[in-house]
Amino acid sequence: MMQPKLKILSGKLVSQIIDEAYGLLMDPGVRVHNDDALELLAEAGANVDLESKVAHIPEAIAQRALKTAPSEFYLYNLEGEPVVHYGGDSVQFDPGSAAITILDSKTQEQRPPVTADFVKFVKLVETIPQLDAQSTAMICSDVPEEIGDLYRLYLALNFMRKPIITGAFGKETWWTMKEMLVATVGGEAELIAKPVAVFDVCPSPPLLWSDLTCQNLIDCARSGIPSELVSMPLAGATAPVTLAGAVVQHTAECMSGVVICQLTQEGAPIVWGGSPAAFDMREGTTPMGAVGTWMIDCAYTQIGKALDMPTHAYLGMSDAKIVDAQCGLESAGGTLLAALAGVNMVSGAGMMDFESCQSHEKLVIDAEIIGMAKRLIAGIEARDEPIALTLMRSMGHRADYLADPHTRKWFQEEFYIPSEIIDRGSLDGWKSKGAKTTLERASDRVDQLLKNYQPGPVSDKLAAELRRITAEAAQRFGMDQLPPLPEE
Amino acid sequence: MSENLLTMITESIVGGEPESVVALTQKALESGLQPLEIINQGLVPGMNVAGEKFARGEFFLPHLLIAAKGMQAAMELLEPELGARQQVHEAVGTVVIGTVQGDIHEIGKSLVGTMLSANGFKVYDLGVDVPKEDFIARVKETGADLLGLSALLTTTMIGQREVIENLVQAGIRDQVKVVVGGAPVSQAWADEIGADAYAENAMDAVEVARRVLM
Repeated sequence: MMQPKLKILSGKLVSQIIDEAYGLLMDPGVRVHNDDALELLAEAGANVDLESKVAHIPEAIAQRALKTAPSEFYLYNLEGEPVVHYGGDSVQFDPGSAAITILDSKTQEQRPPVTADFVKFVKLVETIPQLDAQSTAMICSDVPEEIGDLYRLYLALNFMRKPIITGAFGKETWWTMKEMLVATVGGEAELIAKPVAVFDVCPSPPLLWSDLTCQNLIDCARSGIPSELVSMPLAGATAPVTLAGAVVQHTAECMSGVVICQLTQEGAPIVWGGSPAAFDMREGTTPMGAVGTWMIDCAYTQIGKALDMPTHAYLGMSDAKIVDAQCGLESAGGTLLAALAGVNMVSGAGMMDFESCQSHEKLVIDAEIIGMAKRLIAGIEARDEPIALTLMRSMGHRADYLADPHTRKWFQEEFYIPSEIIDRGSLDGWKSKGAKTTLERASDRVDQLLKNYQPGPVSDKLAAELRRITAEAAQRFGMDQLPPLPEE
Repeated sequence: MSENLLTMITESIVGGEPESVVALTQKALESGLQPLEIINQGLVPGMNVAGEKFARGEFFLPHLLIAAKGMQAAMELLEPELGARQQVHEAVGTVVIGTVQGDIHEIGKSLVGTMLSANGFKVYDLGVDVPKEDFIARVKETGADLLGLSALLTTTMIGQREVIENLVQAGIRDQVKVVVGGAPVSQAWADEIGADAYAENAMDAVEVARRVLM
C-alpha cells in the first residue's frame, strides 16, 4: 500500500539544514541552565562554559545521540495493549494540551476551565475513534495553580483508557505525576516496559534549556518515560524569518534535547517535535493557522525522519475565537498536511485562539477532519484483481453499481463516512432538521457521544490511591479538600 | 539645504535605513542644525509617519522596529550634543519595564519598550524574570512615571499583582502609573489587581502610556 506523502524539502536543503544545526551546537552553542545537564555534557566531551552556562557540543556527540535514540516505540492503553506507534510514517492524533480557557458549550464564550469541563473532555475523547491518545488538555482553575499540571493527569487517569500526552510545569510536580503513573500501571518496571504517557519538554527559543524543562527531560530519561521535544521557533521573532532558517534552529534545539536525553540514559525514548509559528507581523501573535507555520512543521518533520527519529507536531488548530469558517479552514489545512507529512503524533484537536482555548464542540468537528485525513493517507489500492475490468464487463452499460454486492463490500472502507456534523442533505432536508449550523450539529454530537462513554479500568483501590497522592500535593499548597469527581 | 537634510532624515527613518539616519544626523549637526531641531523636525516626524503607516496596514512590525532602531541610533549621537549645549530633550515620560519573575518571555515587552523609546519616552528595560524588589528599586531610583509589567503565563501573571502590592508597601504606589500586558492579561485582570491601565500590544502601549500620564 502506498501511503500518500508530502515532501517539502529538497534533499539538498535537508543536508544543509542538518549541517548548519550541527554548526550551531558548537557556535554559539546551547544555553543550558541545569547543572546536571552541564555536567553530563562536560563529561561527554562538550566544551562547557560554567559561568555563562553555555555548552558547545561537537557534532560527533550529537550524531552518536541521534543513533542511540530509538527510532520507534509504542504507547499502551490502560489495558496493556500497544495502541500508538511512534515511528516510521504512522500518523496518530491527540487533542491540544494545556489550554487555559474553555469555550463554554452554552454561551460560546471563553472562561476558565473547572474539573467538570476536563472530565467531560476526557470522556468525550474516549468516545471519539479518530483520536488515538488523550492529552492533559486544560488547566483547571478550581485547584491551586501550583498543582495545575498533576491535577489534570489525576482527573484523566480516573476516566481514560487511551494513552496520554502530558507535561509538567514544575520539577517536583513531575515526580508526583510519575508516582500516579506508576500506581496506575502497577510498578516502575511495568511503566518502562509499557509506557502509557509521554511528557512534553520545551526548549526556549533560541537555543535555551531552562532549568525546569531540562530537569523534566533528564528525569524522563532516567525513568524510561518517553519525552517529547516541543521546540518552538517563532520565525521572524525568536528565530530567523525564513522558513528554512526557522527549521535550522528547530533542528539544533531538538538535537541538543536528544543529546541531553541520551547522555542521561542511552536508548531512552524521545520524540522530535515542536510547536513553531510564522510570527504575525501585524499583531505580534503566533498563528497556528498560518500556512507558513504548517510548512515549518512539515519541514522539521522531514528532518526528524531523515535522522530516524519519531516525530510530533502541533497542527490542526485555529487562531479563531469562535467556531466559524476561519476555525474550520485553519484546522483542516493543518490536519491534512500533518497527515501527509507523516507526523507520528499530531497534537491540536479541539484547540483554538492560538494555543489557549479548548472546545468540546470544536473537538468533534476536528474529529471529522482527522477522519478524512486518516482516509487520505490510507491511500488508494486496487482492492480487486483486476481493478474493474471483470466487474464492468459484467455490468455492461448498466449504471447499477448501487445495488451491486461489490459496492456493498467495499463502500465503507473506500469512503470516509462522516457523522451528521457534516451536512450532506438537500436544502429542504437541512431546513426540516432545523437549519442547524455546524456548531449546533457539533453540540448535538457531543451530547450523543457522551452517552457512549465506557468507564476506564481504574479500580476503586487505584482511584483512592490517585486521590491520596493528589490530595497530599494539594494540601501542600493550601487546598484541604480536592474538588469532588463528577458523578455520572 | 537644512530643510532638505531634515526631510532626508525623516525619509531614512521611514525607509528603515539606520546607517543613513546616523550619517545624515551627523551631517545635519555639522551644517549647524540644533539637536532639538533635528529631533523634532527630522526624527520624530519619521516615527510618526511610520506609526501612521502601521495603523493603515502599510507597515508591519519589522518596518516599525527598524525605524525605531534608526531613531535610537540617532539619539545616541545627539544625547552628548544636547549635553554639551546644556539642552534637554524633554522625555514624554520615564518608564521602567520588564517581564515578571519566573517568566522569560520577552518579545512583547521588548516591542513595547522599543516603541515607547522611539516615541519620546525614556525607557529602562529590566529584561525578563525580574524580581519584585528590582522593579521597586528601579522605580525609586529613576523616579519613573510609568511601570510596565509583562507576563505571558497564567502562572506568572500573579507576579503583576504582587509588584503592585509591593509598591503599596513601599509607600510609592501613588507616584507611578502601572500598565500591565501580556497574552493572558486583560482589562478585567488589570482592574482586579489595581493596575492603572492595560495595553493590548506595542502600539496600543504608546497610546495608553500617553493617556495615563495626561
